[in-house]
Amino acid sequence: MIETRELCKRYGPLTAVDSISFTVEPGQVLGFLGPNGAGKSTTMKMVAGFLTPTSGQALVCGFDVETHPIEAKQAMGYLPEGAPSYGEMTVADFLGFIADVRGLTGQARKRQLDDAIGRLSLSGVLKQTIDTLSKGFRRRVGLAQAIVHDPKVLVLDEPTDGLDPNQKHEVRNLIQAMSKDKTIIVSTHILEEVHAVCHRAIIIAKGKVLADDTPAALEARSRYHQAVSLSAENPAAVRDLLGALPDIASVEIHAQDQRVTAFPKKGRQIFNAVTAALKDKNIAFRELALEQGRLDEVFRTITQAEQTKKEAA
Amino acid sequence: MNPTGIVFKRELASYFATPVAYVFIVIFLILAMAFTFYLGGFYDRGQADLQPFFNFHPWLFLFLVPAVAMRLWAEERKSGSIELLLTLPVTLWQAVFGKFLAAWAFVGIALALTVPIWFTVNYLGDPDNGAILAGYFGSFLMAGAFLAVGSCLSAATRNQVIAFILTVVACFLLMLSGFPMVLDFFHGLGLPQGAIDAIAGMSFLTHANAISKGVLDLRDILYFVLMIGAWLYATAIVIDMKKAD
Repeated sequence: MIETRELCKRYGPLTAVDSISFTVEPGQVLGFLGPNGAGKSTTMKMVAGFLTPTSGQALVCGFDVETHPIEAKQAMGYLPEGAPSYGEMTVADFLGFIADVRGLTGQARKRQLDDAIGRLSLSGVLKQTIDTLSKGFRRRVGLAQAIVHDPKVLVLDEPTDGLDPNQKHEVRNLIQAMSKDKTIIVSTHILEEVHAVCHRAIIIAKGKVLADDTPAALEARSRYHQAVSLSAENPAAVRDLLGALPDIASVEIHAQDQRVTAFPKKGRQIFNAVTAALKDKNIAFRELALEQGRLDEVFRTITQAEQTKKEAA
Repeated sequence: MNPTGIVFKRELASYFATPVAYVFIVIFLILAMAFTFYLGGFYDRGQADLQPFFNFHPWLFLFLVPAVAMRLWAEERKSGSIELLLTLPVTLWQAVFGKFLAAWAFVGIALALTVPIWFTVNYLGDPDNGAILAGYFGSFLMAGAFLAVGSCLSAATRNQVIAFILTVVACFLLMLSGFPMVLDFFHGLGLPQGAIDAIAGMSFLTHANAISKGVLDLRDILYFVLMIGAWLYATAIVIDMKKAD
């Protein structure tokens, strides 16, 4: 498991990470979200033991990263931002080096290497130097490096950055497959990823935790949560009709595709009322959908609210 | 194998994975021989020893060793692999020492490839082989001290060119401090004799010359060992301080 306690990192007057505390249990995948420069990577670097926190503590499997760095690092697989590696080495040599440093020998070494190479489909490029690989392959080498010793804890900084949609899908499947018995932190700014792999998401901006919840609960904060949207021949008529219903707070027509969206008053269900009203007035519509809430909208609301608050102050 | 050994092995192999190693070795050998035969007057002296060969080593090392040292940490920093290395279960000290040893072994290999000239003097005459062995030993120690300086300055920047220039200048100053010209300058400042002796005692040249004459004084060896230790310690401190950049 991973635990951080009031983790802080200051660079002179700038506070990059401001008192971040969270606990991630085995079997849980934590998504770390935030705009660029929010302090995601800095936090991960401190958890991984690369940066020394200005104050606070990070524990990996019960080992304090500061006082027991070797034990903590042994228990952890870490993919740094940008998946750096030694470009002049071949993939096989590089992974072999990592396995050696991780203390793997003999049969276990071979088995673990084969497993990591297989999971990330690297067998075709083993003899190539890392410099000659595409961005996607380099990222996969970085991931293979992180999982080669079958660590209890995985810290992955933007694992799918630079991958094509198929590769992204594969990496997400990999994370999901490994999540059963491992503790995993994934940082990303791709919101669909949170849905795909995370059990829990933390949104941070300006070094502070702004939200810590399940993806579904975060979506529920969206004003689109439980909203009903539809396309109709005459959007204006639909707007007038739905706007008069008691449980509906507002109705909007999207400027581009003329799609009508009806937003419920807080805590109300409007789907049945909307369909009944449409049927009653015999209004033709093409398709009708119940919205789950939009994570990107929640993300913007949360992170920008913080910004405007700062600017106001 | 312990972590230092694993880092050492990887690092040494990486020298030979690129043309750098071969370019370095070829240029080192050509310059070493050119200095010995043309500037040193190897044949004209009519003596079967390797004095002219060893005399030029400090000047050769002054430019070639920083070229080996410059990539030690600057490259790790630039490519970001420093973050990978230092989050593996390796202590900072093991990483610093392993990488330094690899660079030192590499220079040692280049030095070992000059052995034919040792055979040559043995063919031409009857040299003092003990003195020659001491000369090689002294050369190797001096290269180690240059590398340790370079390791520290390479850790301070992500730019290899800056690392190279800083190392050349630092090594040059450390060599010069034993020269009469420099000592006279300090003398002119009115420094006490003890301070001037201390400055002279800091010089690479003073100690390297003593060893290359075949006199293995424990103090000279200790000087180089302490020099290497101190600069490597400084390397670790610099890396720890500048990790975030």
